[in-house]
Amino acid sequence: MGLVDIAFKFGLILIIFLISLVVAMYSTYAERKIAAFFQDRIGPNRAGPFGLLQPLADGAKMFLKEEIIPTNATPFLFIVGPSLTILTACIGSAVIPWGQQITIGGHIVDLQVTDINVGVLYIFGVVSLGVYGVMIGGWASNNKYSLLGAIRAASQNISYEISMGLSIIALLMLTGTLSLREIAEQQHGWNWNILRQPLGFLIFIVCAFAETNRTPFDLPECETELVGGYHTEYSSMKLGFYLFAEYINMFISSAVMATLYWGGYNYPGMDWMLAHTGPTIAPIIGVVVLFAKTFLFIFFFMWVRWTIPRFRYDQLMDLGWKILIPLAIANIVLTGIVSATLTHFGY
Amino acid sequence: MESLSNKRKVLEVKPLNFLERAYLPAIAGGLITTMKHFFRKPVTISYPEEKREFSENFRGMHSLKRDEDGKERCTACGLCALSCPAEAITMTAAERQKGEEHLYREEKYAAVYEINMLRCIFCGLCEEACPKEAIYLDGDIVPADYLRKDFIYGKDKLVEAPLNQ
Repeated sequence: MGLVDIAFKFGLILIIFLISLVVAMYSTYAERKIAAFFQDRIGPNRAGPFGLLQPLADGAKMFLKEEIIPTNATPFLFIVGPSLTILTACIGSAVIPWGQQITIGGHIVDLQVTDINVGVLYIFGVVSLGVYGVMIGGWASNNKYSLLGAIRAASQNISYEISMGLSIIALLMLTGTLSLREIAEQQHGWNWNILRQPLGFLIFIVCAFAETNRTPFDLPECETELVGGYHTEYSSMKLGFYLFAEYINMFISSAVMATLYWGGYNYPGMDWMLAHTGPTIAPIIGVVVLFAKTFLFIFFFMWVRWTIPRFRYDQLMDLGWKILIPLAIANIVLTGIVSATLTHFGY
Repeated sequence: MESLSNKRKVLEVKPLNFLERAYLPAIAGGLITTMKHFFRKPVTISYPEEKREFSENFRGMHSLKRDEDGKERCTACGLCALSCPAEAITMTAAERQKGEEHLYREEKYAAVYEINMLRCIFCGLCEEACPKEAIYLDGDIVPADYLRKDFIYGKDKLVEAPLNQ
């Protein structure tokens, strides 16, 4: 690996990091604006044209707020909680293939930070680490609402990770690889996995809502019951980190869904595009396509948030354990039977 | 008993069928409903820049009217103060001097005319009681202020602007 490659890699990491932060920042703006449109309102429009500077104003406000650590809290863990949450939110993007190999001035560059052969497992590892930040923060606050929120977050994430994993197994039976790059390559053109795994995708997206603590599964922070949930005691930028991490998680899980099920950077007519625009422009169009899909998913997250009310806790557990897990197992069996039959008849 | 209005509807509680229990059709229906609202015109407005029109019978801040020659109509008869259920109006009468005919329509006028806007309930009875058509509640909303004393509006705020301006 030459020095130029390392420089490219470093630049790529920096760009992806910045992009995920900016996307998260403007997701807060988009969420407020979209919420307003769904409720026949105008939404934030004071800071800058159309309120476009609103995220900056919010950020400045967060930084300037007083930093409060409750007397009876555990100070070290109180700080570790949000830090861990934002850390795990940011490292998830490392294995996502953002585009095909791109040629810049004779150098062939992977538009992916690292193509490890267990990319899907890495994503799952990072996602399950994410719950520690919430749990530690909620526990260290020494507040019963925070603790209840943390417990809810932990049990909810653990329950839904199972069905998420099971829904992925059915997908892996078809792809035969854990590398996200190879999964993306297999979906060349129109050959998207959603056409082969619609039920698996449905289970996955429900679990993704639960993993990112978004409505209708936002029980860890439901203000009607738990004041603020696990971040009741947080103020200033530590609160900002928790809220920010939620949006980064949303961005990453949208990108993962787009990559696993909706063809990633693939789009119909990509070969024609590659032949006509060359190996520098075509991958960039692929990146744009992937981002378009990701933003559509983010929009869907918000659309659902302003449509469906929150689940009750026992309903949440019922859905997770009694419906999604059996459904995911059935999906595995069905996928196995169908693919074995098709192989037998020579497809 | 048979209901007279015929509006009564007997509801039966039926167990949910499979589609209803699967939630998804209902969720899709909800998503369609919210999407319809997404493209609807907002019902709110950007308030200080845009203002809604008041209705025709809106009662806002009072104004003391002038006649067609620009003379003050009020003769300080005190009927408005008497009719006021909140006792918000007070005034001091004075006699018109020579040379003031262009200012006041009749021989008596209100030297001081004060309305306490914190007491006023905007009922419009002063408007009805006035025999000279001198007071109308046709102004804007009374603006906010910091001190109670600043809500006692005198003639400087109440009297209409002179005609020639």
